Amino acid sequence: MSSINFLKPDRTNLNTFLYLGSFLFFISILDVFLNSFFRLNLTGFLPNFLSFLLPLILGFMGLYFIRIEYSGIKNLDLLNKHINTNNFNAVLSLLIIFIIIKSLPPILSWFVIDASFAGDTKDVCTGSGACWTYIKVWMRRFMYGMYPNAEQWRINLSFVALVLLGSVGYFATDKFKKYLTLYYVVIYPLIAFLFIFFFISGGPVFFDFSYGIIAAILSIIIGFFIPSKFKFYYFLIVPLALYVILKYFLFFEEYIELGKLDGLNWVETGAWGGLSLTFIISFFCLIFCFPIGMAFALGRRSEFPLIRYISVGFIEFWRGVPLITVLFMSAVMFPMFLPEDFFIDKLVRAIIAISLFEAAYVAEVIRGGLQALPRGQYEAAKSLGMGYWKMHIFVILPQALKLVIPGIANTFLALVKDTPLIFVVGLLEIVGMLNLAKTNPKWLGFAMEGYVFAAIIFWIICYAMSKYSYNLEQKYKTDR
Amino acid sequence: MNFKLKDIVPQLITVLAVVLVFGFFTYNAQINMENRGIDFGYGFLSQESSFDVQFSLIEYDGSHSYFRAYLVGLLNTILVSVIGIIIATILGVIVGIARLSPNYLINKFAAFYVEFFRNIPLLLQIFFWYFAALRALPLPQDAEAMFGVFFLTIKGLYVPAFIWQNFNIFFYSIIAAIIAIIVIRAHAKKVQENQGKQIPVFLISIGLIFILPLLSFLIGGVRLSFEVPVLKQLATTSFIYEGGVSLPPELIALTLSLSLYTATFIAECVRAGIQGVGKGQKEAAASIGLTPNQVLKLVIMPQALRIIIPPTTNQYLNLTKNSSLAAAIAYPDLVLVFAGTALMQTGKAIEIVSITMFTYLTLSISISILMNWYNKKIAIQEK
Repeated sequence: MSSINFLKPDRTNLNTFLYLGSFLFFISILDVFLNSFFRLNLTGFLPNFLSFLLPLILGFMGLYFIRIEYSGIKNLDLLNKHINTNNFNAVLSLLIIFIIIKSLPPILSWFVIDASFAGDTKDVCTGSGACWTYIKVWMRRFMYGMYPNAEQWRINLSFVALVLLGSVGYFATDKFKKYLTLYYVVIYPLIAFLFIFFFISGGPVFFDFSYGIIAAILSIIIGFFIPSKFKFYYFLIVPLALYVILKYFLFFEEYIELGKLDGLNWVETGAWGGLSLTFIISFFCLIFCFPIGMAFALGRRSEFPLIRYISVGFIEFWRGVPLITVLFMSAVMFPMFLPEDFFIDKLVRAIIAISLFEAAYVAEVIRGGLQALPRGQYEAAKSLGMGYWKMHIFVILPQALKLVIPGIANTFLALVKDTPLIFVVGLLEIVGMLNLAKTNPKWLGFAMEGYVFAAIIFWIICYAMSKYSYNLEQKYKTDR
Repeated sequence: MNFKLKDIVPQLITVLAVVLVFGFFTYNAQINMENRGIDFGYGFLSQESSFDVQFSLIEYDGSHSYFRAYLVGLLNTILVSVIGIIIATILGVIVGIARLSPNYLINKFAAFYVEFFRNIPLLLQIFFWYFAALRALPLPQDAEAMFGVFFLTIKGLYVPAFIWQNFNIFFYSIIAAIIAIIVIRAHAKKVQENQGKQIPVFLISIGLIFILPLLSFLIGGVRLSFEVPVLKQLATTSFIYEGGVSLPPELIALTLSLSLYTATFIAECVRAGIQGVGKGQKEAAASIGLTPNQVLKLVIMPQALRIIIPPTTNQYLNLTKNSSLAAAIAYPDLVLVFAGTALMQTGKAIEIVSITMFTYLTLSISISILMNWYNKKIAIQEK
């Protein structure tokens, strides 16, 4: 038998090194494991410093011994390749394994083992773990804000209906596929608005707002039948005219009153809150910021210098200021700019502010897509005799938007993560409700549970969104 | 020149619309202010502010002017941004490189960190650190010293203060070292281009940056002593630390959450930058006989930095803008001191909000101008 050089593990003594290395590695893991799960300190007899470092040294030696190239054992080779390529990596791997083992017991015991789930008063929360009872008791507030308990079915109904209507795209047959864009851009937002207007608010909250929406959507629908030559002038004039006609000549308040469903109480927007408000705000801002952003992206690349300068000014202004000051502006400065008898609900003001803010970011993202398109696309479209609008709608934008899906998704993610800022205007979505709940004298001291709960919810939403956008990106990836 | 109606009309209508909207707003603002008896003007800036700020870098109390309050807020904003940027950069670069590690565990650990902190709203993270995590810290009298001199308590972090003698000499020595390094670098480059000899610039630089300040201690008469915070009893249950520098918990929570959050984005920028350098570059550099260190320094990094720096600057800007969330936990930054307290006291909504926005706007536009200049400088010269 050849002599063994312990400083140079090699294949000739594979088994010796393998057994020795695995044993040392196992011992080191076992020591940390027992230490953290059962509070057993195997190396307690050693000085403090050594007993802390011992598992690391043992594990390092173990990993050193089993680091044998081309050992012929598949699992060993995989292990070496992935966590044990050299000394430095071995130490880092060991440290990460130790951190995971060390941090599991406290996390588990806080979340599950020592946590209290039962009951509905503070008294049950005596353990050292989390008090999920607090979340359970306050669940309705976190989900619906100050919305009256008896009326909450309205929010649920609206959301269920909107999710169902939103999933229409998955079931559409080929025959209807071509109308999907129209459906999602125009009809679906209209339905969503009507749901929120009639069911969730139950009254004339969005007064002037509703006329604007109806005017905009009507003019877009009619716009499809206008020859492209006049389209620009059409969109400059008609929406405003429609708005004026609707507001002052056609829709009187009786019509709104007629449209009200019987038996629904009006719930003012100040009472809205919780997670449902997060959804409502994200949804509307998402709908509004996209067309506004697209308009400014096109404006920034327009051949008319004045339009270009105005677009650049708009975009740079909103991108240069923090959202919190924009909301401040919408809360304290904006009312000064309006006629005295003119009142806009603070939720609407917040939605407008966030939409304009995010629109600037969307505009920059879309501009990136427009710039990435080769000139040939523009020239080809022009040579076919297409006008500006036809060229953009049928040739440029479909390709440009495909390119910027990840960027748009990131902007929307940022939008969802920015919604908690509406506490500035006095609206309380889920984070705001948490801050309110934690100051309740009956439930003091449960801030941690609340924030962890909200963090989990937001994490799930945002992670799902980013994964979905990644899938979209893969789906629409076209090689060029 | 051929003027076409088609070119003029859309521009005219757009400008007209913008002017109309702004005119409408100004008109309403005038009427509203007249009705409420407010007059427009920035004269209030020199008036006595008569409110206190609990944490400020410059001397300030209620007898100072509103303008000084504005400066206090601005400096606090800059302080938290600079600390946040430094920590976020270090952390982000480490995590970004870890994301590319062949080690499975390190790779996944970094990925977990990025996905975890990126997908939780920043405001929620700030609240978490401030209201939940830092509130679990011990009271001043129960705090255990870290390394004997740091005290992390519920009332903030207490660190020893540096007391310098002849600080200016020390400062000049550092400046001299930096200038010397720049000169040597330029000289080394020249020597290498002319004679092909390599001077160990890095070692010389390290030596200089240590030796010159050291010399200033030995012969320049510079003295450095530490003032360690000492626990002092005010009443039976009320303790504070005296001496040293105290960092309020708001600042700690804010920097911690800002840098943890922004580091995830910087990490992604770094990863994308290094991945963006083609594999062929690395192989080509290795094939002409460069050592791995030289490959990294001379081939990969210059190209990767070209991709990394623009989005990273964007993240710095984001961090600076996000520092305005300080208002939520009452850290006295620009938004809280000026757009909050000062606005409440004076009622000058338009002036104050516009100054605040203008400050942030100046900050971001100047950085983006700098960025564009830099981008142009380093851009690959294509024909």
